[in-house]
Amino acid sequence: MYGGMGKPSILTLAVLLGPALIVFTALVIVPVFEAAVFSLYKWNGLGPMVEFRGLANYSQFIRDAIVHKALWHNLIIAVVSLAIQLPLAMALALIVSDRRFKGAMFFRTFFFLPYVLSEVITGVLWQFIYHPQYGLVRAIWAILAPAAHAPALMGNTSTVLWAILVVIVWKYFGFHMTIYIAGLQDIPQEQIEAATIDGASGWQVFRSVTLPGMRTSIQLSVFFSIIGSFQLFDVVWAMGKGDPVNAGETIVTYMYKIGLQRFNIGYGGTIAVCIFLICLVFNLFYQKALVREET
Amino acid sequence: MRSMTRTNRLMSAIKYLASSVMVLVIAVPLYISVMGGFKSVGQLRAEPVSVPHPFNWSQYTDMLAGKVGLFWLELANSVVVGLGTVAVVLVIGTFAGYALARIKFKLNKAIYLYFQLGLLFPLAVAILPLYLQLRTFHLLDTRIGVILPQAAFGLAVMLMLLRGFIKAIPMELEEAAAIDGYGRFGFLFQIVVPLSTPILATTAVLTLVASWNNFFTPLLVFNTEKKFTLPLGVMGYMGEHAADWNLILAFLTLAMIPAIVIYVCFQKYIVAGLTGGAIKG
Repeated sequence: MYGGMGKPSILTLAVLLGPALIVFTALVIVPVFEAAVFSLYKWNGLGPMVEFRGLANYSQFIRDAIVHKALWHNLIIAVVSLAIQLPLAMALALIVSDRRFKGAMFFRTFFFLPYVLSEVITGVLWQFIYHPQYGLVRAIWAILAPAAHAPALMGNTSTVLWAILVVIVWKYFGFHMTIYIAGLQDIPQEQIEAATIDGASGWQVFRSVTLPGMRTSIQLSVFFSIIGSFQLFDVVWAMGKGDPVNAGETIVTYMYKIGLQRFNIGYGGTIAVCIFLICLVFNLFYQKALVREET
Repeated sequence: MRSMTRTNRLMSAIKYLASSVMVLVIAVPLYISVMGGFKSVGQLRAEPVSVPHPFNWSQYTDMLAGKVGLFWLELANSVVVGLGTVAVVLVIGTFAGYALARIKFKLNKAIYLYFQLGLLFPLAVAILPLYLQLRTFHLLDTRIGVILPQAAFGLAVMLMLLRGFIKAIPMELEEAAAIDGYGRFGFLFQIVVPLSTPILATTAVLTLVASWNNFFTPLLVFNTEKKFTLPLGVMGYMGEHAADWNLILAFLTLAMIPAIVIYVCFQKYIVAGLTGGAIKG
């Protein structure tokens, strides 16, 4: 049975779905497949694509020391930002979800604010904060060690990644907190009250009621942290483009440099395909692990 | 009982302390940016954190008067690109969302899943071929060359939100509309669209914020400084005036204001859209 309007004409469907299908196919689907094709060639993006290399680009990818470095950075960013963000965001979500907590709305609004600022503006602002001659770091240093020069956190290969990590936590903890707040709202208040009446302490209530109830939110926030880390570009680019000597490089900044600064479209395509595969494999494993856990 | 209230009081003090510390963590960088814009370079070097003395308005006024940088032009570019993206997403998204939510046809499920593939493809993966494709279509260095890819990559999430919402409109309304002689498009424009205002507003605001902050696509497409959006403009300006941190900070502060205004005005939609979309997905 077709309810209401009866059977649709082809023309109606074409008018309704055509524009979205065309735009989506031409600008999302086709490019992704093209990247896969490019990845098999050596090509600078100009002239015909003739130099077929088979899987040579992929074996280069596997051996490329900068790729290893970049992926390692992505992994560190994912793990560390989770380790800091998850408990921090959870604690703040618990605090501002309490109805008796006055000013909760103000705190929520404020904590989410960095998330709506552009990554580039955030990155440039933090470059200033880290600036050894002007920034906040210098001011702090002047108190701690007035005699010494302030460290150039963005110019030092051993600190640049950590400097970027601080910015990532600063910018995104409010987003994770918001996910947790939404999760907390779905936990029935009666369950918490019942546990409290049964004599459970605050910590016990959290362990036995709140935490299990937040399962979906936690899974989501883990998912966003990891996928987000492997797609990280803007903040890193705005904070020195992954330099010095690739010490802040992420896989996407490297792809951009290879593809659009050195115009090695073939190898850039290979990196793109590998990013996609990493995200896809993670996605599949994560979903599978979650399903197994639930049964 | 008395010890209970004492622990409660202690707990609540700890909570306020923790929250206030986090407020400071967020506020101090923003404060430094705003105040830094009022300082001379010398003052900035001597006292990066203090309140400016004297307040030096010239950085802000020069920028607002267009003597330094291209703030207004870049603001206008951001507005044009943002509203353009919103318009494209709303039109093609509403049409497609309506068809997928309300019309039964063979390929419905397949087409919906096809759009959902977009959730798996990050922009980064497509960026190189996208660049070449835009070059082929002569869309490099044009606004439409930024608007269309932004719309295309936003479509998957938007369709998910829209389809769910439009599906929930009761069948009786559609039957009544059919009896009253509305066609499919009449029903769409006169009943579905007005009823869907909340979700359309959410979609519009989320798209606008995403476009406003987007850096990757404009970086790829724009060459001419006159077409730069604010994030690109900030990066470009910093590249050219690396030593004038007071001007850079003034620029940053001005560039932040629109995003903060959008956020404060439409906070409800932004938070609902992000968490609603996230939790359903």
